Amino acid sequence: MNALLFKLTMGAYFLATLLYLVYLIKPRPTLGRISHWVISGGFLIHCMFTLDRYLEAGHTPITNLHESLSFFSLAIVGMFIAFERKYKVSILGSFVTPLALVILGISTLFQSAIAPLNPALKSKWLLVHTSMAFFGYAAFAVAFGAAIMYLIQERFLKNKRLGSLYQKLPSLDTLDEINYRCLTFGFPLLTFAIISGAIWAETAWGTYWSWDPKETWSLITWFIYAALLHGRLTTGWRGRRAAILAIIGFFVMLFTFLGVNLLLPGLHSYK
Amino acid sequence: MNIVVVGLSHKTATVEIREKVAFAPAHMEKPLRELVALEDIHEGIIVSTCNRVEIYVTTRDIAGGIARIKRFLADYHHIPLETLETHLYSYHGEAAIRHVFRVAASLDSMVVGEPQILGQIKTAYGYAAEYKSSGIILNRFLHKAFSVAKRVRTETKIASSAVSVSFAAVELAKKIFGDLSDKTVMLIGAGEMCELAAKHFLNNGVRGVMVTNRTYEKAVKLAEEFDGKAVNFEELFDHLHRADIILSSTGAPHHIIGPKDVEEVIRRRRQKPMFFIDIAVPRDIDSRVNKVPNVYLYDMDDLQGVVATNLEQRNREAQKAETIIDQEIGQFFKWLSTLDATPTIVALRGKFEEVRRAELEKTLANWKELTPEEQKRLEACTAAIVNKLLHQPTSLLKRAGQGGRTDLYVDALRNLFDLEMAAQQPETEELEELEE
Repeated sequence: MNALLFKLTMGAYFLATLLYLVYLIKPRPTLGRISHWVISGGFLIHCMFTLDRYLEAGHTPITNLHESLSFFSLAIVGMFIAFERKYKVSILGSFVTPLALVILGISTLFQSAIAPLNPALKSKWLLVHTSMAFFGYAAFAVAFGAAIMYLIQERFLKNKRLGSLYQKLPSLDTLDEINYRCLTFGFPLLTFAIISGAIWAETAWGTYWSWDPKETWSLITWFIYAALLHGRLTTGWRGRRAAILAIIGFFVMLFTFLGVNLLLPGLHSYK
Repeated sequence: MNIVVVGLSHKTATVEIREKVAFAPAHMEKPLRELVALEDIHEGIIVSTCNRVEIYVTTRDIAGGIARIKRFLADYHHIPLETLETHLYSYHGEAAIRHVFRVAASLDSMVVGEPQILGQIKTAYGYAAEYKSSGIILNRFLHKAFSVAKRVRTETKIASSAVSVSFAAVELAKKIFGDLSDKTVMLIGAGEMCELAAKHFLNNGVRGVMVTNRTYEKAVKLAEEFDGKAVNFEELFDHLHRADIILSSTGAPHHIIGPKDVEEVIRRRRQKPMFFIDIAVPRDIDSRVNKVPNVYLYDMDDLQGVVATNLEQRNREAQKAETIIDQEIGQFFKWLSTLDATPTIVALRGKFEEVRRAELEKTLANWKELTPEEQKRLEACTAAIVNKLLHQPTSLLKRAGQGGRTDLYVDALRNLFDLEMAAQQPETEELEELEE
């Protein structure tokens, strides 16, 4: 049952990615609507998969890399669906759904069997801490997609090369707005994830902060996004500069998530 | 029955001629009634816009019909026929159908792809329907033209890009700012082009206009026209940060705005994007301004480049549209030809004969004791019955054909007896579209 739901999710995301890429070439409103329904259907199945796994394992299914990557992909898709509905920018899907598909694909490379829960993780903080972190990451991932679109569109306008992609991409203002909105979602979530992690660490390990690599890199990620948010609100870091920072922030965040787990030994190295 | 088109357009006549021939929209009853009262003109529609006046009719006699419509146009507008005739074109048969489809799809417009023409033809059709000057053929013809236009609009990108410099500027602004309703335009200097562009921006909902000019009185005058605010030219840089879109066309021999100025201004704006449009020759704004982050500078050449790209795209799309029209002409022509009397008589006879044969064979197969002689007599008897039954409708159709009112009978017969290539009813979709 669980494996089937996973395969169905994979299939739906694959189809949705394909449809959104076709949409990039032929942006017909009907195609945009179909793509939206396919990705929404995939999202529902993915939620069912996650819930099923939760019931089967008896704990939040974000305890190893397979589960984390799957949940990350779920959060990206959820965040994207919300933004697509709000801003009516179907073409965002052409940049974000491939990312969700690739992340879900990578999750299959890791052990997917349900293992007994690491005793250190047996806590109600597990759900709060991890889901907040991943929804924050997902917001940054959507910001990353919008930032890439911004940079492409900005190049077109500066170089006065107004081809067919230029016509399909939304206005710079819309893309900058999405970038900013993602930031205002992602930053508080990341902040709460770090705070809840510290509280949990105090109860589990006896100390709020132990400069574990994950903690250090989370703080670096937090500083980058804090700087971006601050710059935006005070001196008007917007447009190109904000887009570049959102891209840098995304890669640092990816390292915080994956690089730390795989490369740097520490308290958070769950595989 | 033939469809005939007679008319003139921006391609064949100057505006002086076109305005003389135009029909007033509020008084369409009289010309339409006079039109269909002409000899051998059965149905008629008059399309009258500022760029074209066209008359669509059905007639038996092509040459005579065309001559009568030309005479009607000249007489109705009191213009000597000799003057008018040089500007008139006329089409019949397939060429007439192609022409009307192309007009409705905006392929024959002054600005190819402009959307108004379809609405104007719909209005013209509305008058014809109201005063009952159109009938079965033109009704279907116009419905077909509307659906062709709709197909062209949805399947090609013919109307999707700006083909004038000032529209191109507005579209660029929309790609930079998204919504223009909270944006301010600043005009530096004056000039026809500049004012036109400012008008386009106002039509697209910008919030306010500022005007500056070396001669302050001129700025005030222009500001009044746009319901905007005049700014002293010496204080330009004190106000520039309030403008999102800057239209510049002064007669200055050198740059009046450089990259340093703009860097300063954009800092005051906290990096909110600015769009500079330099229409002046020689240019008012240093081209290095485009390198300042969040600033976009387009000069006349850049805008013309955009327009040229768009025009190229339109021409490519127009090719696609012609292909669509070719397909649709074939379909419509097939329907039109079914309305002639002769093929209908043949089809009707064929149908009766088919029924007679089938029944006769069935009877003979079960009635073995008949001699060959008796069989022949039975055969002759049934044939006579069919001939007698068909005599009246056939001769009526032939006579009606000479009189010109066959289409109603033909259409009815084809529906009643379900003859091949039966006339279809206009699709409901087309009717709905008409009601819009």
